[in-house]
Amino acid sequence: MTEPLLRVRDLKTYFVTEHGRGTARAVDGVSFDLYPGETLGLVGESGCGKTVTSLSILRLIPEPPGHIRPGSFIEFEGRNLLTLASRELRAIRGNQIAMIFQEPMTSLNPVFTVGDQIAEAAIVHQGLSRREARARAIEMLQLVGIPDPAEGVDRYPHQLSGGMCQRVMIAMALVCHPKLLIADEPTTALDVTIQAQILELLARLQAELGMAVMLITHDLGIVAGTADRVVVMYAGEVVEQAPTTDLFARPLHPYTEGLLASVPRIDAPAAGGSGGSGGPRGRLHSISGQVPAATAWPAGCRFHPRCPYAWGRCATEPPPLLDAGGGAPGTHTVRCWLVTEPGRRTARP
Amino acid sequence: MTTPLVDVQGLVKHFPGERGLFGLGAPRRVVRAVDGVSFAIAPGQTLGLVGESGCGKSTVGRSILRLIEPDAGRVTLDGTDVLATGARALRALRRRMQIVFQDPYGSLNPRMSVRQTLAEPVVLHRLAAGADVPKRIASLLGEVGLDPAFADAYPHQLSGGQRQRVGIARALSVEPQFLVLDEPVSALDVSVQAQVLNLLAELQRKRRLTYLFIAHDLAVVKHIADHVAVMYLGRIVEQAPVSGLYAGPRHPYTRSLLSAIPVPDPTAQRLRIALTGDVPSPAAPPPGCPFHPRCPHPKKNDRCRTERPSLREVTPGQLAACHFAEDPM
Repeated sequence: MTEPLLRVRDLKTYFVTEHGRGTARAVDGVSFDLYPGETLGLVGESGCGKTVTSLSILRLIPEPPGHIRPGSFIEFEGRNLLTLASRELRAIRGNQIAMIFQEPMTSLNPVFTVGDQIAEAAIVHQGLSRREARARAIEMLQLVGIPDPAEGVDRYPHQLSGGMCQRVMIAMALVCHPKLLIADEPTTALDVTIQAQILELLARLQAELGMAVMLITHDLGIVAGTADRVVVMYAGEVVEQAPTTDLFARPLHPYTEGLLASVPRIDAPAAGGSGGSGGPRGRLHSISGQVPAATAWPAGCRFHPRCPYAWGRCATEPPPLLDAGGGAPGTHTVRCWLVTEPGRRTARP
Repeated sequence: MTTPLVDVQGLVKHFPGERGLFGLGAPRRVVRAVDGVSFAIAPGQTLGLVGESGCGKSTVGRSILRLIEPDAGRVTLDGTDVLATGARALRALRRRMQIVFQDPYGSLNPRMSVRQTLAEPVVLHRLAAGADVPKRIASLLGEVGLDPAFADAYPHQLSGGQRQRVGIARALSVEPQFLVLDEPVSALDVSVQAQVLNLLAELQRKRRLTYLFIAHDLAVVKHIADHVAVMYLGRIVEQAPVSGLYAGPRHPYTRSLLSAIPVPDPTAQRLRIALTGDVPSPAAPPPGCPFHPRCPHPKKNDRCRTERPSLREVTPGQLAACHFAEDPM
């Protein structure tokens, strides 16, 4: 078996809340592996800790109010990123690990041309001259499908559409051919036809450059179409982890199950009138209640107050990640006591 | 078809091109945000109005309520001419038509408690007074699934889903017949989105409400709407009952939109029709069919580049603006 490119173990990133009144345990003991060349989907709703996880990997957490707890461990190609000197970290960040963000319009610097912004990383990390870096920038713009790259290189971000800005962001991230690209909701701000273009572009570049991608998203449709494996987060923890086909065929955590059932489906049969389940005004499944606050996660299983199957044990004993079978040990893991007592999974919600 | 509750005919809204800094320089071209939009909604029904950013769908919603004054067209609500109404009568008419906005963070006044937010329209329209006001607020909160204790909360103390429920309660407080729902769930998480969609469906059934549901998400619209109108660059390009539109789209744009939506099923075999390029600026729409530069239809020809197709009935109840609507992709 190949060695993981990235190994995250027991990552805890906490924030001191305003006025020092409490501690938000945004990421609270997250572990997962990412293998070379694969696409890992990190899924969850607002506040589940998926973005904080990705920022922690690059040590971009503002300190204070945030801090990564001692005992956390993030290993990239055998080196613990959390103990690297900032000099060594800079050699990795933007070079071997690159990141793209949700808001392409605000993530680019408005006072520099896109060419300058793409060239910067090549100058800093690879020691290219200005002239070489500019040629590289044009090459990158060509690669990400910007029309007229030789002219586009001198444009400013405000002259580009949202989709074009995201292509520029991708060009910036990939200029040093990183081994790992972290994409945090890369298409959330874009229209659906542009989203399709960007996802296709990412898939093509991943195949061409052989990099691993960590795709952070709330959209289960995007995960289904692009990821090899999926990590589902809830309340600062990993609640389920499985190969994509397995997760969608056999969602075992009640949160994953509820989340999948809440999505209105374009592929559901259109029922005429109001009688059918998939047609107009059929009820969607919804998860009752709301995500708890990060300063006060519930005791026991953090999902138990919203869980349709919860029983006594769930309220007191936090479940560990349990092996759910279906392959080698650790292939499909679930943080739920139902694994030990499957008979309690009564009528599916 | 029964008499429609809402009837929109030839709605037009052009925004003047802005001049440069300090009003100097030549004026830019007029933005044709809405360029002749017509539809009707029967009582108790939902029309889903879908399209990508900048297609003019929100401008349509706001023009109907006259939150933006349209330039031309005719809008009637239950027989009353909305656009010809004077200022005083318009205020009375607004009691019958309300709007719920996309952003539950920006659309509630942060300095007003939920009670004040809900009491204001009730008192202004003289729907309750004195001791009846708190009773009415409690019943409104109950109707949108919030505990009456929320009356004393301020927006910053509420989650996104709770705020959107308050926004809905505010719209309902004056007992309207017609609601414009402008992307009411797109800022919400999936699990909360499902809760709010269920609530909207339930309220519609109970109160016999008529909805114009504006959205970019075709899956959400499929779930909630009876009819769908697809907009592109200020015009409706396809309009049909939900069953017809999703099963047999006639316009290549609808077809591409549907194929671009990611499906949460990794085993799904789907043919994705990739659209190239961006949406053109509504200040400079392409000549002929406005969709032709991006159109993937294999039969696209010179006629598409010169002659604008009109919106016409292709099969009973299904309208499309494409020269090749009889021969969909």
